[in-house]
Order: sequence, then C-alpha cells, then structure tokens
Amino acid sequence: MRVVLADYGAGNLRSVCSAFARAGAEPFVSLDPDEVREAPLAVIAGVGHVESAARGFERSGLTEALRERVAAGRPLLGICVGMQLLFEESEEGGRGLGLLPGPVRRLRAERVPHMGWNALALPRRSALLDGLDGADVYFAHSYAAEPAEPELAAATVEHGGRIVAAVERGPLAGVQFHPERSGPAGARVLENVLAWSRSA
Amino acid sequence: MVKKRVIPCLDVARGRVVKGVRFESLRDMGDPVELALRYSELAADELVFLDITATLESRGPTLALVERAAEELSIPFTVGGGVSGLGDARALLRAGADKVAVNRAAVDDPRLLTALADEFGSQAVVCAIDSRAGEVVTHAGRNPRGLEAVVWAREAVARGAGEILLTSIDADGTRQGYDLDLTRAVAQAVETPVVASGGAGEAGHLAEAFAAGAEAAIIASIVHERPERLTELKAELKELGWNVRT
Repeated sequence: MRVVLADYGAGNLRSVCSAFARAGAEPFVSLDPDEVREAPLAVIAGVGHVESAARGFERSGLTEALRERVAAGRPLLGICVGMQLLFEESEEGGRGLGLLPGPVRRLRAERVPHMGWNALALPRRSALLDGLDGADVYFAHSYAAEPAEPELAAATVEHGGRIVAAVERGPLAGVQFHPERSGPAGARVLENVLAWSRSA
Repeated sequence: MVKKRVIPCLDVARGRVVKGVRFESLRDMGDPVELALRYSELAADELVFLDITATLESRGPTLALVERAAEELSIPFTVGGGVSGLGDARALLRAGADKVAVNRAAVDDPRLLTALADEFGSQAVVCAIDSRAGEVVTHAGRNPRGLEAVVWAREAVARGAGEILLTSIDADGTRQGYDLDLTRAVAQAVETPVVASGGAGEAGHLAEAFAAGAEAAIIASIVHERPERLTELKAELKELGWNVRT
C-alpha cells in the first residue's frame, strides 16, 4: 500500500518511512496536495511544536488537502505532535487542525518530558492496537491531547495521571508514542494501521 | 508508569565503534549499526552514540552513520560528542538522531539549548554534563568551568534541555557504581529525566542510581565485552523490584 508522509519541511521522516517499509508498505514523502489528499493512507509526523507544524502545513497548502481527505473518509494517522495536530488549541501556542475535539495541554507529572517506555492500557477494542494491551511503547513528549469526548481514547498510559496514548474515530487515528521507535510492538501497530486503512 | 531505562553507550570514531583506554590505542570493534541492532534485540531501551573524534571536518562519516541508524533501528538513539554549535546539532537531528547531546557548546553559550528546543522540541535536546567533585568540567575532563553541576543542570533545563546526561568523571571506568550523591542532587534539582553515567559494574549499581532518582542509566564496558549481559542485567533489575522492560 502507498503511504504518503506529509512533509511540511521541518521533521526528519527517515525513521517513520523505513518503519512503514519494514511493515510492508510503500511509503513516500511528499508536499504535493493532490498526493496528500488521495493516497490510500496519509501520515503526519511533526516534531517540535503544534504551532510550527500547523504553520508549516498551512504554508505548504497541505491543511486543505488533509481536511478534504478526511471529509472523503480516507484514513489519516498522526504520530506524536502529528496526533496533537488533529486536535484544537495547544497550551504550547498555536492551534491544530481541529479534526477532533479537545485541547492539547502540558503534562502535569513529576518528570517532564514523559520519556521512555510505558505500557498501553486499552479501554476498548481497537483495530489500531489489536494485540497490544499491556505492550510497552516509546514516548517522548511534554504535551498531550485531552480529547473532549472520552470515547475517542483507544489507549492510555499512566504518567503523573492518565495520558491518552492513542485515538481512533472513523478515518482518523493518532498515536502519541513513536511506533517507529517502539521495537516489535511498534511494528505491530504499523501493521495494524495498514490493515485498518485497507478496511477504512 | 514509565519504565526505568538501560542505555548502552557506543564510542564511535570515523564511523566505527572503537574501544580504548583513555582515547589511546583505539581498537576497531565493528560497525555501529550492527552492534546497535544486536543491543536492540537484547532489549536495550535506547542507545547513545558518542562520537569521540568529532570535529567539524570528521563529521561526515557520523552523519552517514546517523542516517543508517535512523533507517535500521527501531529503538531511539542519541548522538553526542563534540557537538560544536547549532549547525552541528541541527545536522545530526536532521539526519535522523532522536536526540542530540550537547556538552561544552551549551556551557559556552546556553542559548544553544533554547534554539534547539524551539526548533526540535525539548524532548530532542539532551544536555550532557561531565562533573568532577560536583564541578562542571569540559574537554574530556581537562577544563574545570567553575560552575556547580547542580546549578548548571537547573539552568540547562530552564533554557530548554529535555534531559540531563550526567557523567561523573570520578566514577567513570571504576565499575564501583555511579556517583549517587551527584545523581540525587541533580535529579532533585530538575523536573526532566536524569540519565546517570559512569561507574556501572553490576545490576545493583543501576538499582542504586534509580533509587537516587535517575530515570535511566548508561552502561558501556560491562556489555561491550559480552552483549548478552544486557538481558541478564535487566532480569536482575526486575528481580530487585525495578520496573524495567524485558
């Protein structure tokens, strides 16, 4: 399956790209709005801040393409800051795409950033995270989305309170952790993502 | 609960893993990515590549190595050693390093940490601090900087560092355990994770570092001799009651 990694010119997408290739997909990096709108699966994997990433997508003309693909029911996966971008206002400054309801807030924990391996808890059945209840995956973030509708959460972790680690609704999915840096568990997530987008 | 991390550190010179005594008589230990993949199979939580000969001119092989590591590894890795400034750090992160460790360049100009955090996020910015008797030293321990490690750690975090990689020059290479007083003082002074480095000889030493407040611990010589030791160490830590990934 062709997987487009939407590139707004900031992140390094090499590791995400090769993780999808290992999972059997044909990933490619693009800033062409047509490709970002039409590919069978699109992935946004920002680094840094919601604000700079949102501005980058706006500047590249990809914001509209991402909205259109979601409106057409084509699957979109956000990774880390990419998941935060699916949401609304960020305490860090800036605003996400507003495709899912809720703010992005700074973590309130003894240690921030939340850095390292943490075990997923699954509050419900999820195509994205099939077989991953209790699996350790890798996190590296200081902010996290707080979905306004609790049923959006497909996985949570504990770090100074509950953090939403993954969301899933219709053609939208997001993971706050890094599947491309989460060993065999991360590879399983990406295989699930590919299966999920085939059936979407 | 986030797991305590065990992190092998590989010394790299001109794109190869080397081993030597105090930077002399370096011995070629092989390809960094191959060794890294082996550690990854043995449940290493992260890796650190320390470029021990890094100068601007010698950075080429390291960048090629970082690109390959980013493609082939499925665990996170930090690159450090001789990072001279913003351009250098940016090149390593853009090549695919998950984090960059800056040491002397950050002491010389702490604004570097802010610039990197603004561009890549704090989670990508590690401030490496070498300490002797509680004082910050640079240039592989040769230059005392007249600055307390605890004070510098606090400032580094305020400036944007997302992690402190804390090496005790006193304990380094002794295999007698980490510098626990130093680790405890810095871990109490900052809200970011602190990675203890220098002195690991056995699982009990890592357990002590975790008890002192470290979120992670660096190991080097004890696993380079026999990589399988890594899996044993983690099993031993689990038996000691620590929440580690196996």
